[in-house]
Amino acid sequence: MFWPVVLGISCVKLLLIPAYRSTDFEVHRNWLAITHSLPVDQWYFEKTSQWTLDYPPLFAWFEWLLAKVAWYFDPKMLDVRNLNYASDMTVLFQRLSVVVTDFVFAYGCKICCEQVGRSCGRREDVVYPLFLVLFGNAGLILVDHIHFQYNGFLYGIMFLSVARLLQRREIEAAFWFSVLLNLKHIYLYIAPAYFIYYLRSYCLSSTPEGHIRWQSFSLFRFVKLGVTVVTVFGLSFGPFIMKGQLNQVLFRLFPFKRGLSHAYWAPNFWALYNFADKVLEFVGGRMGWLTTSGRAAMTGGLVQEFDHAVLPSISPQITLIATLISIVPCLVNLWRTPHNPWQFVRALVLCGFGSYMFGWHVHEKAIFLVILPLGLLCMQRKVEAQVFVIMSIVGHFSLFPLFYTSHETPIKVFAFLLHAVYTTTVLYNHWMEGRISPLIPRIPLCSLAETVYLIGLIPVFLYEQLGHSMFGLEEKMPFLPLMLISVYCGLGVMYAWLKYYNFVLLNTRKGKKKNH
Amino acid sequence: MFGDYEAQRHWQEVTVNLPVKEWYMNSTNNDLLYWGLDYPPLTAYHSYLCGLVARKLNPSFVELHKSRGYESYEHKLFMRYTVFVVDLLIYIPAAYMFLCALSSIPPRRKYRKLEYLSLILYPGLYLIDYGHFQYNNASLGFFVGAVACLIKGRDCLGSVLFCLALNYKQMELYHALPIFFYLLGICFKQGSIMGFIFKITKIGISVLLTFGIIWSPFLSDTKVLLQVVHRLFPLDRGLFEDKVASFWCSISVLVKLKKLIDNNNMALICLLSTVVCMIPSSIHLFINPTPRHLRYALVNGSFVFFLMSYHVHEKSILLVAIPACLIFSEEPFMVTWFFIVSIVSMLPLLVKDGLTVPMGVEDQSDGCGAKFSVVVVSPKFTGKPLLQRHRLVNGVLQEELKTIHAFSMKTLTPEQWEEQQK
Repeated sequence: MFWPVVLGISCVKLLLIPAYRSTDFEVHRNWLAITHSLPVDQWYFEKTSQWTLDYPPLFAWFEWLLAKVAWYFDPKMLDVRNLNYASDMTVLFQRLSVVVTDFVFAYGCKICCEQVGRSCGRREDVVYPLFLVLFGNAGLILVDHIHFQYNGFLYGIMFLSVARLLQRREIEAAFWFSVLLNLKHIYLYIAPAYFIYYLRSYCLSSTPEGHIRWQSFSLFRFVKLGVTVVTVFGLSFGPFIMKGQLNQVLFRLFPFKRGLSHAYWAPNFWALYNFADKVLEFVGGRMGWLTTSGRAAMTGGLVQEFDHAVLPSISPQITLIATLISIVPCLVNLWRTPHNPWQFVRALVLCGFGSYMFGWHVHEKAIFLVILPLGLLCMQRKVEAQVFVIMSIVGHFSLFPLFYTSHETPIKVFAFLLHAVYTTTVLYNHWMEGRISPLIPRIPLCSLAETVYLIGLIPVFLYEQLGHSMFGLEEKMPFLPLMLISVYCGLGVMYAWLKYYNFVLLNTRKGKKKNH
Repeated sequence: MFGDYEAQRHWQEVTVNLPVKEWYMNSTNNDLLYWGLDYPPLTAYHSYLCGLVARKLNPSFVELHKSRGYESYEHKLFMRYTVFVVDLLIYIPAAYMFLCALSSIPPRRKYRKLEYLSLILYPGLYLIDYGHFQYNNASLGFFVGAVACLIKGRDCLGSVLFCLALNYKQMELYHALPIFFYLLGICFKQGSIMGFIFKITKIGISVLLTFGIIWSPFLSDTKVLLQVVHRLFPLDRGLFEDKVASFWCSISVLVKLKKLIDNNNMALICLLSTVVCMIPSSIHLFINPTPRHLRYALVNGSFVFFLMSYHVHEKSILLVAIPACLIFSEEPFMVTWFFIVSIVSMLPLLVKDGLTVPMGVEDQSDGCGAKFSVVVVSPKFTGKPLLQRHRLVNGVLQEELKTIHAFSMKTLTPEQWEEQQK
């Protein structure tokens, strides 16, 4: 059952080879060229193209490996000066590389789903549908195979790490997480959860009542962990430290010049903040509170600085503090409920949420950091299934502006609907068998208010597609549809975040568990 | 190269801009040599509707004469959406109707999902419809709906739907004989003379009414009527085209039939052999008209027509594959095997569609000799509009064009040719 599904979905992905590609395609081609044709000490200094290498070294080595195969497809793509080179063989190779590396994701999903099945009891009913929900995740397929990224591969490694933790093979989990960090440093956001879990549940042990035994701090385990992590980092950063390039690498990895929000605001707290600022500015202008000198600059096009007009401007330090404050409660909760890997997964989700809501220059693609681990939890408690349904629908919808070409519209709508319908059907069958349907029909597992909100996505979508040009507002307010999507989805994400936080903090032990 | 996509777009242009009686007639406005209408009137009406929408969206899609060869990003999306609309409105509901009908007759299996899924997912259909570009899903949808009605015992409705299918594409004649014998058998099984007459009259009237309504604009003038019929059944086109998996094409490897026998005699031979091969299954169906026998006879009938008849396209394998979907549960292995074979048999056509506009003369029929894509460079083209250039070429090649099925050309002056070479 597992392999036919993987191959079938891979065939569907192959159909997307000629679809729209974003600049990320050129980014990765450039990195193939850099790692193949230049010596290692120039990788982080090269800037012929504007898309400089800004992922950690292990990813660069991954591209180096891919370049070895790419040479057989079309050697010309490996020339650094061939900017925007996109011959047919180049496209074929890059797309195939994503499809093939997705097998890592398939494996990660498989072992995680098996762990979920083990904890739920009803194996077959849970494992296979959940695997389809995770591996066939519409948003991930759209982003990876149209927009072009390697998210599947990375989340596969994350799932691998989580699964090893669930299987109580902690050292392997630590190894895979270090590898993950060295592939893409965005996963630093979930590192606190790992840290707290390892400290409390691995290095320390508890009394039968659940209190910490401080004396039981196991130096041996700590050292084992440390050696694993340091080895991986050493192998990854080693060559650059030896050449004294560490500063340059770190500078490339953490560019803080970019604005608070991307050109299209990811639906997080700052999107709502920006919107409130705009509203206040508009109202203030009308009411005469403001002088014209306080006008905010819009982020049009690529990333630029964004100064708020009315509300205080946000700097990177503020976002960092906000993120830390938002994840402290869940970390404290994790500390208090030790030796439970599922609590760890919940903390993972909340760390992902916190970083999405308050991070600096968050991409809308970061929503996967929330949705995918939540997918592992949706079979555990009913509230988690509810939050997963909302996040699935809102999160994937918020990705739509990434694919703005009209040929991709039917693809994205169809994939989104298919996945949303399948997810809700699976979760409905799992959680609500034999219930009487409520008087007013609603989306499974959602309350009436939530259903109304989710249905409201349809008018938003239609407005962005048709309404805006029909009302002739394209020149006056070109960013209105995108802002509308950001704000509307931002409300949904905020609601889901608070709902889930409330659940984790207060109700974990008393939550409605699936009876078997 | 210009192919069925351009043909469909051209038909929208013709039907929207010209009055009904001129759709099938050769005139200065309607050059039948350039993808003239050669499907029955229902296709023409459908093209008219699509053309109206196209004109609303962007008049240059269907501007008379000027829009030849028009292909743009938005236009492609529009055309593909039209196929999707037909799928949504006709084909998928018909497949669902079949699912319900089959589930309700004995042997009662809960849901005949396999047939439904194979109907919906058969790759050949959507590759040809969305890729090569046709509207097979309309005629096949009507056909499946007709079979569903016949299975449920709704003979009049079934006949009406089949007439609609037939009036959409004349290739549905492949399925006509089994349906005819099934209905005849049903009538004979009525038990009494009065019942027999009553049933035959009912079915006869519904068929005649359907045809009458659809053909009404063309019935007023015998010349127009004959022209339409002539367009639907062109005998000049030759025994077969490209490499198609029919009996005659296969035999031609050993015996060069095209050289030995001329077209009219060959047509007669094909007709006779088809009729002879159809006799056994038709008689069997007539004697015992049950839904199961109907479905099997449909498969048999379409196979015979595909293998034996005159001028078969590779696409006609769809007319065999869809009835095969209807017997999926009874013969899963054979049907699956046949699906794979049918898709492979269409491979040359599908590979061809990936080609970009070719330069120079290319005989894309690989020897069977019927499709050409040509670049003509001549100083005589200077100063002449596109239509006149095409007419010049057509005038020179008048005799040859009678036997060529697909002919597309680019006409350039020597200066334009030089510019293109750079």
